Amino acid sequence: MALLDVEDLSVTFARRGQRTVRAVDGVSFSVEAGEVVGLVGESGCGKSVTSLAIMGLLPKQPGLQVAGKAVFDGTDLLQLDDRSRRDIRGRDVAMIFQDPLSSLNPVVPIGLQVTEVLTRHRGMKGEAAAKEAAQLLDRVGIPDPRRRLKEYPHQLSGGMRQRALIAMAVACQPRLLIADEPTTALDVTIQAQILELLKDLVRDSGTALVMITHDLGVVAGMCDTINVLYGGRVVETARRRPLFRQPRHPYTVGLLGSVPRLDAGRGERLNPIPGSVRDLLPWPDGCAFAPRCDRRVDACVGEPPDLVLTHDGRSYRCVNPAPLPGLTPGAEARETRPGQATPGSVPAQAVPDDPPAAPGLAAAPSEEETP
Amino acid sequence: MSERIDRLSGEDVLVEVRDLKVHFPIKRGVLFDRTVGHVKAVDGVDLRITRGQTYGLVGESGCGKSTLGRALLQLTPPTSGEVSFDGVELTTLAPNKLRTMRRRMQMIFQDPMSSLDPRQNVESILTEGLQAHGIGGDRNSRRKIISETLDQVGLPRWALSRYPHEFSGGQRQRIGIARALVLGPELIVADEPVSALDVSIQAQVVNLLDELQDNLGLTYLVIAHDLAVVRHISDTVGVMYLGALVEEAPSDRLYTEPLHPYTRALMSAVPVPDPDVEDRRERILIAGDLPSPANPPSGCRFHTRCPWAQPTRCADERPELRDIGGSRVACHWAEQIASGELRRHKVSVEITRPAGEGEDPSVVSAPTEPGSFV
Repeated sequence: MALLDVEDLSVTFARRGQRTVRAVDGVSFSVEAGEVVGLVGESGCGKSVTSLAIMGLLPKQPGLQVAGKAVFDGTDLLQLDDRSRRDIRGRDVAMIFQDPLSSLNPVVPIGLQVTEVLTRHRGMKGEAAAKEAAQLLDRVGIPDPRRRLKEYPHQLSGGMRQRALIAMAVACQPRLLIADEPTTALDVTIQAQILELLKDLVRDSGTALVMITHDLGVVAGMCDTINVLYGGRVVETARRRPLFRQPRHPYTVGLLGSVPRLDAGRGERLNPIPGSVRDLLPWPDGCAFAPRCDRRVDACVGEPPDLVLTHDGRSYRCVNPAPLPGLTPGAEARETRPGQATPGSVPAQAVPDDPPAAPGLAAAPSEEETP
Repeated sequence: MSERIDRLSGEDVLVEVRDLKVHFPIKRGVLFDRTVGHVKAVDGVDLRITRGQTYGLVGESGCGKSTLGRALLQLTPPTSGEVSFDGVELTTLAPNKLRTMRRRMQMIFQDPMSSLDPRQNVESILTEGLQAHGIGGDRNSRRKIISETLDQVGLPRWALSRYPHEFSGGQRQRIGIARALVLGPELIVADEPVSALDVSIQAQVVNLLDELQDNLGLTYLVIAHDLAVVRHISDTVGVMYLGALVEEAPSDRLYTEPLHPYTRALMSAVPVPDPDVEDRRERILIAGDLPSPANPPSGCRFHTRCPWAQPTRCADERPELRDIGGSRVACHWAEQIASGELRRHKVSVEITRPAGEGEDPSVVSAPTEPGSFV
């Protein structure tokens, strides 16, 4: 039994007079205790919404619909009422956000924000809480923790703020940590520090970690299992080495081909994915990646692709995957599960403010910008 | 024009920067602005860019790489130093002459949305520069230039009548590139040209920049924080730290044989999308954060965070860029570090490292031999 089992999670946003937006559509993955699982994808693929839905942090607004299951240690997090969810959040499941400055309260000293967690979940007060908070800051590598407790977020550097945020997240030794782009806002040397810190925390405490990122390099160094998302769906799941060595889904192949590598020679051309994330088919009509895919066949359009589970424990959602050497196509499939889709809805990436007037020209701004 | 051709190497140098400094005053007070100090954004940089090549400038945020790019184009007036472009000294050039020179040097900005006027359509964005420089006599000849440029950057003709918000991020960056290209420049300064774009779009723009260089013989100064991108497109890479170059080398050499401790740490910190590489390599973690550029450390700027810092010279003598086997390095001990002589000392630092201290030079690992950590 996995620590966290996400099954068929769907998040839709409905607004009057507009098409229903399906940000997450049937996402399933599981996290074992002590495992590091990666959710990888470009902006708008639904990776952040997935994590927010699991944590129950999506803004409650009419039109929001969350369906499916997220079973954590026997309890379905999606069915909990707010009160019991608040008990679990921070104590058993904690989250680290991308931008530490906007997720820390700017007018409250760091110390108070850390002790708040301790008071709420561990019932610590006064000097004991302050002492524990100082120890936590010390553990995440913040020098002179006693003094930092009295300081405000703006007095710390970006790396130190992210460390403070991690200290708050690990304050109650949670069993599951969700990190949403924890290093995107940081410089590369600071990123290395934070990743190393997260690795140590996971190794020492046996905490499971869900790592949400767009950076394939980060994933390659940290994760045990990787889920690649596109258009609100998991398009490929595999262990780390097989995924990088033999990517099957054309989108994964494309992603790996478009990243410039530090150890590649100068002048080697990149193989970018043509088009933009906004060119996609709504799921009911076929594979969302089909318009940009170089392995497209007729079967890609028409109905959503099945999920193919292979004998070696991988899965992908593709009709015509990249071939494996020495295997006849289709021979490795163990089981296929038909794709489901609600008619009429569109993936979040495809939401235009007004319909594109010409093919390939999309409307809404800032969809492609890295979060 | 004789100084344009470098007598020693015979290279055709397009841009030469000598001891460039850009200091921004820090002001205090309500009635009288007292200058209480200076932020030394760029503090003594020498570099030369060969015609038709790409010079990559990397460094972390706050190291002064963008300021250097802007000062090179005279968009930020330099405090001192010289910038010569094709033999013409720019810092002392009269404003009207400088304006005509600007035609030959253009800039591409990071965020295409904020660098394009949302109320101008693409045609007007592209025509503005042509009008200002009086290129193309009438509307028709200007249109011809513009549509050629659109073809070069891979935008369709009907883009002309549209506004920036109607395009995706990648296409907007293409408009930004077209705006720079339309004047037929020789030098393009690209400040973080791809960092606002998604991975799959990044590759398209990087390839486009490569193609344009091949076709038009452009010279690039590419400023970016992403070492992998810079290494991919540059012939020569300069690494900046706190307003100064710490190392400059051909991009392959910088990767295989980084000499400066900061470059080594930077190289080992960049994640590589390959699990085998990631597992094998040892990280050199540099502790702490960038010191304030208003009050930089004495001596070598990096000595407060340097894993190889020595008790002598590092703290009190600022290292000059020295030639070591084709690279230029600003480190007193580069040879000793490369030969492994100073490694033993470093191991002892690791043992005596106080637990949980983030600000002391605390080193986690050292490469077994120079350049072998990846």
